[in-house]
Amino acid sequence: MLKVNLSDTIAAISTAAGSGGIGIVRISGSEAIELADNIFVSNKGKRLSLQKSHTIHYGNIVQDGKIIDEVLVSVMKAPNTYTREDIVEINTHGGHRAVTAVLNAVIKEGARLAEPGEFTKRAFLNGRIDLTQAEAVIDIINAKTDKSREMAVARLGGRLSEKIKELRESILTMLAHIEAAIAYPEHDDETMTYEMIEKGTREAIEGVKSLIASADMGKIYRDGIKTVILGKPNVGKSSLLNAFLEEDRAIVTDIPGTTRDIVSELVNIEGIPLNIIDTAGIRATDNVIEKIGVERARSLADEADLILLVFDGSRELSDEDRELIELTKDKKTIALVNKQDMEQKLDIDGTGIEPVYISVKNNKGIDEIYRRIKAMFDSGDIENDSMALISGERNKASLLKALQSLENVIETVENTMPEDFVSMDLTAAYEALGEITGETLEEDVIDKIFSEFCLGK
Amino acid sequence: MEKPYMADEADICVIGAGHAGCEAALAAARMGLKTILFAINLDSIAMMPCNPNVGGSSKGHLVREIDALGGEMGRNIDKTYIQTRMLNTGKGPAVYSLRAQADKAKYHTQMKKTLENTDNLLVRQGEIVDIVVENGCVTGVVSESNALYKCRAAIICTGTYLKARCLYGDTIIESGPNGLRRATGLSSCLERLGVRLFRYKTGTPARVDKRTIDFSKMKEQQGDKKIVPFSFENRPEDIEREQISCYLTYTNERTHDIIRANLDRSPLYSGVIKGTGPRYCPSIEDKVVRFADKTQHQIFIEPEGEDTNEMYVQGMSSSLPEDVQTAMYRTLPGLENVRFTRTAYAIEYDCIDANQLKLTLEFKDIKGLFSAGQFNGTSGYEEAAAQGIIAGINAAAYCKGIEQLILDRSQAYIGVLIDDIVTKESREPYRMMTSRAEYRLLLRQDNADLRLTDIGYRYGLISQERYDRFLAKKKAIEDEIERISKINFGPSEKVNSMLVRFGTTPISTGVNMTELIKRPEMDYDKLAPIDEDRPALDYDVREQVNIQIKYEGYISRQMKQVEQFKKLEGRRIPEDIDYDKVKGLRLEATQKFKAVRPVNIGQAGRISGVSPADVNMLLVYLNM
Repeated sequence: MLKVNLSDTIAAISTAAGSGGIGIVRISGSEAIELADNIFVSNKGKRLSLQKSHTIHYGNIVQDGKIIDEVLVSVMKAPNTYTREDIVEINTHGGHRAVTAVLNAVIKEGARLAEPGEFTKRAFLNGRIDLTQAEAVIDIINAKTDKSREMAVARLGGRLSEKIKELRESILTMLAHIEAAIAYPEHDDETMTYEMIEKGTREAIEGVKSLIASADMGKIYRDGIKTVILGKPNVGKSSLLNAFLEEDRAIVTDIPGTTRDIVSELVNIEGIPLNIIDTAGIRATDNVIEKIGVERARSLADEADLILLVFDGSRELSDEDRELIELTKDKKTIALVNKQDMEQKLDIDGTGIEPVYISVKNNKGIDEIYRRIKAMFDSGDIENDSMALISGERNKASLLKALQSLENVIETVENTMPEDFVSMDLTAAYEALGEITGETLEEDVIDKIFSEFCLGK
Repeated sequence: MEKPYMADEADICVIGAGHAGCEAALAAARMGLKTILFAINLDSIAMMPCNPNVGGSSKGHLVREIDALGGEMGRNIDKTYIQTRMLNTGKGPAVYSLRAQADKAKYHTQMKKTLENTDNLLVRQGEIVDIVVENGCVTGVVSESNALYKCRAAIICTGTYLKARCLYGDTIIESGPNGLRRATGLSSCLERLGVRLFRYKTGTPARVDKRTIDFSKMKEQQGDKKIVPFSFENRPEDIEREQISCYLTYTNERTHDIIRANLDRSPLYSGVIKGTGPRYCPSIEDKVVRFADKTQHQIFIEPEGEDTNEMYVQGMSSSLPEDVQTAMYRTLPGLENVRFTRTAYAIEYDCIDANQLKLTLEFKDIKGLFSAGQFNGTSGYEEAAAQGIIAGINAAAYCKGIEQLILDRSQAYIGVLIDDIVTKESREPYRMMTSRAEYRLLLRQDNADLRLTDIGYRYGLISQERYDRFLAKKKAIEDEIERISKINFGPSEKVNSMLVRFGTTPISTGVNMTELIKRPEMDYDKLAPIDEDRPALDYDVREQVNIQIKYEGYISRQMKQVEQFKKLEGRRIPEDIDYDKVKGLRLEATQKFKAVRPVNIGQAGRISGVSPADVNMLLVYLNM
């Protein structure tokens, strides 16, 4: 029902997606410390709430008895913080998985996933940022709140939004039955038994769970399209990556990994973020196949959403090249024939691939690569299971909230608590799902009551 | 027009003596302001031109809130009810619905008597045709006899009387409800003052002669044995009396055939009726058309009073011609030989879009002019009375120069109601519903006194004696909850055999009493046998203790939501804000903000058609 939240506790990953090294989950709000305390376990039994402001503590994030990650936690108390609220920052291991798992744990504890730019907005609203920065804040809100919602909704398209509509409709029907019976106690034909509610709710839970499962995979847009550059040694892979990096001044991070061998670079190509998977040594040795072997290349190719397969136009097609063509043949691949600035010896006729001819050295054909990538993206050619793009994490948070509410409904029904309490959680689930599609409750229930039931004096 | 003669002087003039007008006038007079209450006919004071009952789902909540603020509706119905029932008791404490059948004549007489015996208050027959506004402030009202009543504030409570016309099929009569004279003068005066009017419609079923009904073919519905008063001033034993039954019957295909065959004679379907009718009060022809697959509809036969044979036929409101009505009523089991005493009709009337009002119910652009009730686009006696008491309090506060009363959505259904009509788009007469109250678990009918008595007392509408009793009750509840929280039971034979008797699992370790109360099978009262030091407490105290402990988890979840809500409500928007200067607002939002002029960010966010981004823009602007 609330359209705006001023100061509930919010959380988000504050390092950029896909960075190496470390990940930071930032929590801000009056319950930030309490909430972190619920999942932070220190070897020394420290309670974060008892620690001084601006201190760092070592321990584990533990939820439901499982260790999620080994972390460093900074506690910063209001008002001397970025948002002028209590802030906790959890430094996790790098890589998407660890930081996302910690974020999920935080959200499960009751934090709300922050809107884009919301930390900055709070900083501003709480008087932390001065007037000159206000314009920037407006831009952030302008650009992100409505547009990302619009885009998210537009991109939801097909299956997911249909599924959410279905779920909402079935929840609304249950709600309308309950509310109609409450508003018209003497009308005898609008009752819905607890068995019906329980059955309907369990179905909704299954529906939400399957969406959560697919939401896990649907993060391309936000986290970048997982892209791998493959090719035998000395075909110009690292130069190509550098060309991308140079082109894109909006690189989000470039922190070399310290604990893992995979480093990724997030680059923005025509508005499409590519998360280019690099290996620790790619720029140093440029000798991928040798170093990591075919098996490693295969597993990289398996994980990738998009492969850029690079050939050397100045050399003949080798066995290594053929091997790579073979292992990428069922993948979304863009073949690139590099070194157009030199004499061409490569003959790829008969391999069935239609390459882009480029010269990284002379910066030729790079635009054509971008065009190809964009075309594949726009046509939906590059995709994961679900295209719940942009707001993958946000959608998931909403789905988790809906799931929690629906589980509360089951608990209420099992405890044979009265209908009113069922209604409370069904409403919450309905609203949480509505967050994904941008719809709110408003008059829905009342409209439904009067359109479906014949009531009134 | 000739210059009016100076007739009288008062602080506050109330125009209309229906349920809104009565509460408004009483509140104002009780707060010490000299008040005159005008009615076209003094014999129609507190008239119930439609259903003969007070309360019901969510409306019962309103009555209790009115009572807690020191209003009259609850006391008046307690004095004049002829049947009482608590509905929805199985569905959770928040939606319990107290409803009483009223003796309409006695309800009127009793209210008139109260008005006549209230200090500072005069009831006066006459139609008000003009409101005098000087320099943007109300300075008087003028009656049809060209009499000027000087005043500092006026409250419009014209209900369904303004330019009303009643439709009985092809017969159209320019009259107010129930054959009473309509009011005509005020509409043009309001338009001159810049008030925007529109038309709503509603309807009422026929009244029939009890002697022509065969009740043996219907299902009897008796009142509850256990009487629950509306007013916190009454104990059940104070108002016990013999109750009169209602009856249930059904329409059938023959009824529906008659309706379908005569739809062309219905002004609703022929386009004669232009006003918008409420979805929750559909006429029987509406129901038959819209729910064509339903083979029967419930019809309740309710007495209009003790001293009359007239019965109200709930569910059969209609604007079909009289001959069709008679024929269709006679298809109902038990009504085969029924004779009408009054024909069903639809009524159209002038009212306003309440967006023109502040949350205090004062017009945004006319100082000292307030309005309440059906005139504001609502429907129902209780909704009217609820606005009436707020308008009365605020007109009085305006005259006294003290802070006016705005109840927010987390405090009262009254707050939800007024916020809704002032903030949101109006498409039909507004009816209170529990589903409109997002914090309804906190806004229960059983705790209306705990929520609002302090406020009523502060405005001088609650007597010292009642207030002392209230404080004692509050303390008793707190003390008992505190005592219980310290009581632990061990797994003794006595405790466990009792738990087993109530069908709940025995305990194996020590358990706090609150934990046992929370079990679905248990409650506070059931634990009495093992709670040896329990003090003797009144039912209403025990009820509070039980509800507050038993539903604590749910209640505290809702309190958290309220905290959020309060933060947004706390962000004030200055009255002189220039929305054209707010960057990034969509045009639609700018227009809506200008029309509604929200007082805080929370209200801004509730305006229909305003997006979260719009509200964010506003927030940013306010912080610059």
